[in-house]
Amino acid sequence: MCETKQKTQATPKVATGDRAILPEGAKTIPVYIMGKKYEVPETLTIMKAMEFAGFHFLRGAGCRGGICGACPTVYRMAGDYKLHFGLACQTVVQADMYLAQIPFFPANRADYSIEEIGGLPEAIHALYPELFRCVACNQCTKACPMDVDVLGYISALKQGNIEKAAKLSFDCIQCGLCASRCMGEIPQYHAAQLARRIYGRYILPNAEHLKTRVEAIEAGHYDAMLAELEQMSKEDLEKKYVEREREPDFAEVGSWSPAETKYL
Amino acid sequence: MKISYYPGCTLKTKAKNLDIAAVASLEALGVEVEEIDRWNCCGAVHSLTADDLIHQVGPVRNLIRAKEMGAEKLITLCSMCYNTLARANQIMKTDPVKRDTINRFMDEEIDYNGEVEVVHYLSFLKEAIGWEKLKQQVKVPLTGLKIGSYYGCTLQRPAEVGIEPFGHFELMNDMFRSLGATVMGFADADKCCGSYQVLSSAPGENSASANIINTAAGQGIEALATSCPLCEFNLGKQQQQMLDKGNIEQNVPTYYFSQLLAVALGLDSELCHFELNDRQSLTLLENKNYLVAA
Amino acid sequence: MTLPISDQSLSLSSIAEINTLSGENVKVCMQCATCTGMCPMAQEMDFSPRKVMHFAQFGLIDKLLEINTFWKCASCHACSVKCPRGIDIAKVMEALRQQTLRKSKNHIEPSQMAKETITELPQIALVAGFRKFTS
Repeated sequence: MCETKQKTQATPKVATGDRAILPEGAKTIPVYIMGKKYEVPETLTIMKAMEFAGFHFLRGAGCRGGICGACPTVYRMAGDYKLHFGLACQTVVQADMYLAQIPFFPANRADYSIEEIGGLPEAIHALYPELFRCVACNQCTKACPMDVDVLGYISALKQGNIEKAAKLSFDCIQCGLCASRCMGEIPQYHAAQLARRIYGRYILPNAEHLKTRVEAIEAGHYDAMLAELEQMSKEDLEKKYVEREREPDFAEVGSWSPAETKYL
Repeated sequence: MKISYYPGCTLKTKAKNLDIAAVASLEALGVEVEEIDRWNCCGAVHSLTADDLIHQVGPVRNLIRAKEMGAEKLITLCSMCYNTLARANQIMKTDPVKRDTINRFMDEEIDYNGEVEVVHYLSFLKEAIGWEKLKQQVKVPLTGLKIGSYYGCTLQRPAEVGIEPFGHFELMNDMFRSLGATVMGFADADKCCGSYQVLSSAPGENSASANIINTAAGQGIEALATSCPLCEFNLGKQQQQMLDKGNIEQNVPTYYFSQLLAVALGLDSELCHFELNDRQSLTLLENKNYLVAA
Repeated sequence: MTLPISDQSLSLSSIAEINTLSGENVKVCMQCATCTGMCPMAQEMDFSPRKVMHFAQFGLIDKLLEINTFWKCASCHACSVKCPRGIDIAKVMEALRQQTLRKSKNHIEPSQMAKETITELPQIALVAGFRKFTS
């Protein structure tokens, strides 16, 4: 992220590239980026507003769709003590916002081999003993832009309940805002990721149909089909895609099967 | 009758034998036990610095969970949980300045003013069931078991939250008398086992624990009962190492009081999870023919 | 043992700080040593609780910061409940621990503990130990 000169025109009618395309006569509002005041069009997201103000995101921006966790932002409204947290690509600017990006937080991430550590909660405790420094202040939960019950899953981990921790943390996007607020210096999101991995590897039953499908793939069942597709022209591929057989929307489960069955 | 219950982290893993036996016993005695929702760690030790409130937030949050469920009483088993919850509750009841600060900090929670009473399991057992009625429910009297009630520190100290006055061990003693056991005098009943000092001493080298086992053995106690997973770890799980290192002279099997309660009530011994105790604990009960299988 | 008490070794501000952190008044101690008699950890301490109270009364903070007494204290309150002067000595020990911990100096490092030890210990041992030994 680096700053370039602010656009001279206060409210440009058209912005190009990553810049916002503004409606005619768009209203602007003041926001503060790293303490400096900028006039930005209202209705933009924080990320778009920062780009409008002249910042380029080299890091700290990813999917722009609220799921990659690269653009966590801390903000505060002028005149109030309360800190708020959000994703820059999802949160709309408001007048008098003080903004700071936290694109990365130096949280401890343990090294492990999932095959070697085993499926017991003690494996997580041994890799992240700092879990036991939690004081239940709940700042992590308050900071989460995905509304994850962070204190809830940390408590579950301390109680040895990996399944509960895995389920409670499912919406985590690994942005690290929880860790940035933690007085116990706990890397909540890394511990939760480990819990989900252990849950997937050791606790959830294996899906039998997946096993059969993987065996079929490894046995070369689909090789001919893939080779055929690789030979086709782009036009033919597009035609084939458009004309493909599809399960009708809202079909009753078990009521439909394709006419072509040789790949089943 | 229904009662709200706070188990504590260790009771869900390494001290399942404390938790499951206790809950099953209460249910056998006709009490419905309801674990509170979304509970978190109590903090294990009460913060002793005058200006530190953040460490009260954890226990208070659990009391808020109980209040939200409409509970008037919250029972706990683990001595350390009992102590931290009861002491935090006392602050919320008696210190309006600290209470307001804590409530303001937890702006995502409802206000709490000490509405819930924190009660230890043993006190609840006496009050809700009573020793006479308990006696009538005993299926397997623990006849001939020379038991020492070990309270450790946090059930009795400080006095404001103690389950009974210093030097009195009547709750656990009366329970064991009702179960038919022989209650022995025990000079170290409220001596500390060394607690969290287990982190700073080598296995089996904790002098406080060794002294307690030696006193118990010297007084002819053949089984020690506790209410705390850390006491059980220091006195029970470390015992073989204490013996190997020559710090104690003989073994004294250790139990959670709830395991012996469940045994006397004739509950399935599987519920007591003796596999989590030292092996000698199970052997003693087997030799005395107390155990009932399903 | 002789401890020189001079304007170099004595710190009035440390007496005030211990009193503030603990909420107690160390000057009330009359050196009866009941605390030492009650202490289950005394045999592992390099200075008994009574002596620590004496150091605290004189504000011998440099000495206090190099001894192990308060790191060996198990916060069992056996001393506190028997103190004839009503001092909650466990709180004084906590104040002494906090004087170090609040400077972000840990007494033990969780990350340096053997994985086997962590795996074996009950959760309350870790929670309690980290509360008392880390900042």
